[in-house]
Amino acid sequence: MEAITSIHSDSRSGARRFARFFISELRPKGRLLTPFNLISGALILTTIVLLAIRFTGGLGTITNLSQDVPWGLWIGFDVVTGVALAGGAYVITFMVYILRIEKYEPIVRVTVLNGFLAYVFYAGALLLDLGRPWNVINPIIGNSFGFSSVLFLVAWHFLLYMMAELLEFSPVIAEWAGWPKLRRRLHALTLGAVVLGISLSILHQSGLGALYLMAKGKIHPLWYSEFIPVLFLVSSIFAGLSMVMIEGTISHKVFRDRVGRPLREGHDPIVIGLARICAGTMFAYLGLQIITFVHQGRAQWLGTGWGNWYLVEIIGLTLLPAIGFVIGAQRRNPAWIRAAAVFALLGVIINRLNVTVIGFQSHIPVRYVPSWQEIVVTMGVISAEIWVFRWVVNRMPVLDYHIPSRKRESGDSRAMTAA
Amino acid sequence: MLGGSAAVGRDLRGRAKVARAAELSPESETVTEPYTEPMAVLVDTTKCMGCRMCELACAKQNDLPEPEPKVDFSVRRRTDETRFTVVNQYETSKGTVSVKTQCFHCLTPACASACLTKAMYKTSSGPVIWRGDKCMGCRYCMVSCPFDVPKFEYFSANPKIQKCQMCFSRLSEGEVPACVAGCPAGATSFGPRSAMLEEGHKRIWSEPDKYVHNIWGEQEAGGTSWLYLSAVPFDEIGLRTDVGTEAYPVLTKEFLYAVPFVLTLVPPLLLGVSEATKRRDAGQEEEA
Repeated sequence: MEAITSIHSDSRSGARRFARFFISELRPKGRLLTPFNLISGALILTTIVLLAIRFTGGLGTITNLSQDVPWGLWIGFDVVTGVALAGGAYVITFMVYILRIEKYEPIVRVTVLNGFLAYVFYAGALLLDLGRPWNVINPIIGNSFGFSSVLFLVAWHFLLYMMAELLEFSPVIAEWAGWPKLRRRLHALTLGAVVLGISLSILHQSGLGALYLMAKGKIHPLWYSEFIPVLFLVSSIFAGLSMVMIEGTISHKVFRDRVGRPLREGHDPIVIGLARICAGTMFAYLGLQIITFVHQGRAQWLGTGWGNWYLVEIIGLTLLPAIGFVIGAQRRNPAWIRAAAVFALLGVIINRLNVTVIGFQSHIPVRYVPSWQEIVVTMGVISAEIWVFRWVVNRMPVLDYHIPSRKRESGDSRAMTAA
Repeated sequence: MLGGSAAVGRDLRGRAKVARAAELSPESETVTEPYTEPMAVLVDTTKCMGCRMCELACAKQNDLPEPEPKVDFSVRRRTDETRFTVVNQYETSKGTVSVKTQCFHCLTPACASACLTKAMYKTSSGPVIWRGDKCMGCRYCMVSCPFDVPKFEYFSANPKIQKCQMCFSRLSEGEVPACVAGCPAGATSFGPRSAMLEEGHKRIWSEPDKYVHNIWGEQEAGGTSWLYLSAVPFDEIGLRTDVGTEAYPVLTKEFLYAVPFVLTLVPPLLLGVSEATKRRDAGQEEEA
């Protein structure tokens, strides 16, 4: 209480103190010249150069997009796939804040952070793809509202969802900055943000699939169906959770000293629980795929090259990982589960690319293959996201979330964290 | 030039005139409709000679590069960002048939329904127009159009979506589309869609052996504002017969209808579940 009044009575020096603290936090931690930094730094620099070319000479200068294939890797992978992989945030917040399953609390912060950054960077990738990006605010300011457009819905949802995610994460920022009063206020908004976030996620995860409903006749019949929205929604659940598991495994290695005790001790039970959820969702998804298969009369395509590729996705990268999750959960074997998660993730990536890129305009003679510049920009965007993620995780109470917040609020701990 | 305030066009008699292209990208929300009923063009492919005067008229009207004088008709040409209409020739069971193609100006266009800013806009007079001050260049119209009509300027820092606008600015001045005016063979007629359909059916009725007995565009993709008569089945002359008779936006209708229901029902459901699971740790949570 005293701390609060002192902050208020001396907000000016408080602001100065925060500015100094923030600048000190900007300084990198750890060695700079690591192989990862060199490679990702080079990718980011190349991306900047490529984007300069793209914004002066047009999209055609660095992409292989064409009049027949107007959406390529940047939309198909960065946006459509990236958002599916960021689905973990709405699933985990549902379990923690709505169902109140305490077991998953240790991973909620890092998952929300990942989700938020994924949306920021993938929405950013969307801007790179816009031919007339200066008009991007038009659907927001009402010039004009295209209510009949699925993309209108998706655009608004991206915007609102980013705000919801930021709200969900904001107490962590307030803890880091040492603003206890603000933190309490922000924390009070969490449930509302979570409810909004889940509702929006249900709609835009399926909406990304609904975008392609009008591309009937352009998407190979093994991937086009009127059920795309439902399939996209259900697969975003296990895509997001698989990503959470993989990201968790990597984080635990890379940020070993930042991982708090509850997370370290609770991680295996968490992973096993997530594996069970993934397996259940994947079998439901496979059920939907079978219904779609019958409904669309897809049997005629089996035996073709496309049919084999379809089976690789459905059996090799969905059914097998689902079984892998079951076995891993039964044997309580994280290695099995990790392997299953990698393949499940690959399955979702392949599925999204099949709808958006690989099976798109599959009948035209000149196939779209992304240019090296499109691939480099994609990797540059991912690198930039990892840099921001690393910066946040190394400074804010994300992985070591167990330190009681009151201790952080005492203000002294700020110096402690900064050290 | 479509985004500009005024553009110099040339009518068929060669008179220079100012076409008010501003109406293609109006600053205001409202588009001044030149007609009170939907207009259409009827193309009688049995009359087309393949002279490509329509291509020339279109290029002049829209300030596009002049079409090459000689073309190899064995290669199927497509419209692109520098030519909004092309004539192709097809070898059919009834000899060589020339067919003009361009945007068909669907009655319920996929591109306009896809557009999140209504930059692509179906006027009630018939033309589907593009408005540069609204367009963000996302190219969703291109993904959605079953005929792959909208074209994007990939090598411009200020790219436009280019396609036939059915000479909306000319219609505003009480003139017919440039290609119709430029057709020396009388293969194209412009008028209210209902009248064009009647005219088409009349021709089929009076010469039943000459024409196939339906009009392409009456039903296709929910109906179009360009209607075609033919002596041979339409798929022999490059017109798509696999687009169905349902308007493409119907494909997303169910999904869009579900949106308000999800947004109305899911939040209270989640809050209810959250309330139900609150149990003993209600006080504890405040502290967190």
